[in-house]
Amino acid sequence: MDREIYLDNAATTRAYDEVISYMNDINIKYYGNPSSMHTKGIEAEKLLKLARERIAGSMGAVPGEIYFTSGGTEANNMAIFGYLEANRHSGKHIITTAVEHPSVLEVYKYLSKKGYTVDFINPDSQGIIDLNMLESKITSETALISLLYVNNETGAVQPVQEVVEIKNRLNRNAAIHMDAVQAYGKIRINPGKSGIDLMSVSSHKIHGPKGCGALFVRNGIKLQSILFGGGQENKLRSGTENVPGISGFGLASEITFRNINENSQKLSALKSRFIELLEEKIQDYRVISNENSSPYILNVAFKNLKAEVLLHHLEERGIFVSTGSACSSRRNTSSHVLKAMAVEPCYIDGAIRFSFSSFTSIEDIEYTVSALVDIIPRIRYGGKK
Amino acid sequence: MKKIILVRYGEIILKGLNRPVFEEKLISNIKKSIYTLGKVEVLKSQARIYIEPTQEDYDFDSAIEKLRKIFGIVSVSQVWKIETDFEQIKSYSLELAKEMVRINGNKTFKVETKRGNKRFPMESPEISREVGAYILENIPDLNVDVIKPSFIIYLEVRENSYVYSKILPANGGMPLGSNGKAVLLLSGGIDSPVAGWMIAKRGVEIEAVHFYSYPYTSERAKDKVIELTKILASYCGKVNLHIVPFTEIQLEIREKCPEDQMTIIMRRIMMMIAERIAKKVEALALITGECVGQVASQTIQSLAVTNAVVEMPVFRPLIGMDKNEVIDIARKIGTFETSILPYEDCCTVFVAKHPKTKPQLQKIIESENHLDLEKLVDAAVEQTEVMHIRV
Repeated sequence: MDREIYLDNAATTRAYDEVISYMNDINIKYYGNPSSMHTKGIEAEKLLKLARERIAGSMGAVPGEIYFTSGGTEANNMAIFGYLEANRHSGKHIITTAVEHPSVLEVYKYLSKKGYTVDFINPDSQGIIDLNMLESKITSETALISLLYVNNETGAVQPVQEVVEIKNRLNRNAAIHMDAVQAYGKIRINPGKSGIDLMSVSSHKIHGPKGCGALFVRNGIKLQSILFGGGQENKLRSGTENVPGISGFGLASEITFRNINENSQKLSALKSRFIELLEEKIQDYRVISNENSSPYILNVAFKNLKAEVLLHHLEERGIFVSTGSACSSRRNTSSHVLKAMAVEPCYIDGAIRFSFSSFTSIEDIEYTVSALVDIIPRIRYGGKK
Repeated sequence: MKKIILVRYGEIILKGLNRPVFEEKLISNIKKSIYTLGKVEVLKSQARIYIEPTQEDYDFDSAIEKLRKIFGIVSVSQVWKIETDFEQIKSYSLELAKEMVRINGNKTFKVETKRGNKRFPMESPEISREVGAYILENIPDLNVDVIKPSFIIYLEVRENSYVYSKILPANGGMPLGSNGKAVLLLSGGIDSPVAGWMIAKRGVEIEAVHFYSYPYTSERAKDKVIELTKILASYCGKVNLHIVPFTEIQLEIREKCPEDQMTIIMRRIMMMIAERIAKKVEALALITGECVGQVASQTIQSLAVTNAVVEMPVFRPLIGMDKNEVIDIARKIGTFETSILPYEDCCTVFVAKHPKTKPQLQKIIESENHLDLEKLVDAAVEQTEVMHIRV
């Protein structure tokens, strides 16, 4: 297997070479604890400060609004639990959508058993949430609304501005939490100006290291800490800071935002080409990602086949992708997102997510489609080849 | 006083003239199993085996854990070996009782004595009574409870004497290698590892065969089977795992045979290949995890058709068991958690919506005539990868 075509960038990305050598350097030379009072500590503290400025700068925030976490999941948990705990007076009603990432969905499901009334807003067949339904659900009791900015499975981009406007019209005091893990570094977001109160981002989706993320908390928003200890991160997130990881995250963010427009254009062209090639060469499939979805994600469902079987056949040729549903005869593991979008049964098990990065080339896409042409007829069921 | 391990074995004792052969096998298996933990002397006496470490800091816990997995052993105890002298018996019994009270907070006890050395002047009940009284005098909070004590001080008075408080059960069975070799069809589900374990327990050496359908299944499916084989190897010392590439055969069946016969033909070819491998490794039987009526391929008609393709005896130790009974054993032997990992057959491509539940041998053979069986089986056996799995 000489060729390696990595089309699973929504799962994780390969770190930039610059990031790897920067982190390596930090691991060797600047291993101090930022809380220590000696030079070693101060050096490390400076690195943290630089990273915080870089992340803040990337979203038009001030450094004091950025809290580093162990990743997107922790940022989401911290945003939801931390906000509700610190703002108990603001109501017992919370809203999210049926197409969230599990690190939000599972928290809301848990809270629904702990005395909160929870509404899950449904998406339409394009994966876009129903704004009328949202409007009908917001009350004076609504404390928090969580929304996935860019869907990790389909790339659907939610109408964030409309959501904020509706919320402000019906209940100014409700807070908006944006899970921007798949959007950050791909779409320019200024949470402060957009009326977003809390925003989760992750490092390893933008060619930074794993185990690192951040939560933006708008100035003036109160959060209760959910991890107690030494009082790091302005008492909100205790635990010795992951200095190399956070620094790598900062640098990855800097590099990513430097090329954000250029990458976006390149990948839009690449995704269009992919769709064109599918149209020319493949039968019986459906593009699940809608027209205005993120250029970084293309979800395609092939009729009458098991996505995992296709995945392994692609892998054999050095092409790495994801499926929405794991293949197991024992349990039904179809994607909750595709189910909520009411994708037909003969397609839902055959959904493959191709997700791209600035490293992806047109040749990669052409090679992938020719592999699909070769493989698909051999693995379809319901009749022989 | 010396800390040693006492091993009891059961069924072997019932053997007649062959008994020494089985005992030798068991002792050799014991030595093989624990030799990495350090030097020991292994002694056999009066249907017991004594393991005496000859080095300091011996890892008794690991040794006992390994011993409890050796087939043929009924139970294991860590014991104190002392001289057969009543003062010593009393003082070490007291020390052990103190330890039980200190560590576990136990409140009640009793003493049980076995006197193998008839020259010792006291009889068993008398020893128990005297030692019990001595312990009571010296540990104020402790009481005697002969019905349901929270611990028991066991005394064995022989050439030497032994004091201990725990008898840890093992699995019984016969020493591995005392009953030849068989080939296990290992799928990765719950049943087949249990079936293999049950036959291995009777002293039969196992070689495992797995049919691998990559890229129709995940690489994790293979890792899972390797993991299961490792668990079996923790009982058997070493298991050879034969991984047979099966994709080509499945594609051929799918193309050339009726859809509703796919599963049964597949099963028959698996048996053929397993038998070929068995002959190669000089095994004399096959083992499957089949159970009557569990799925379409395990109706009695299907089993008969599958069975007809091989000459060797096929052992199906689970044949009359319910799923829950199988799961109980899987949990006990430690394969359950691995078996239920979801990376199993993804080959719905190769499964008919309505497979035949009452296949007729003649029709199946007719369908198989569309395949170049000899060539397919030869190629699969040829390309089989063998992994030597040890603990």
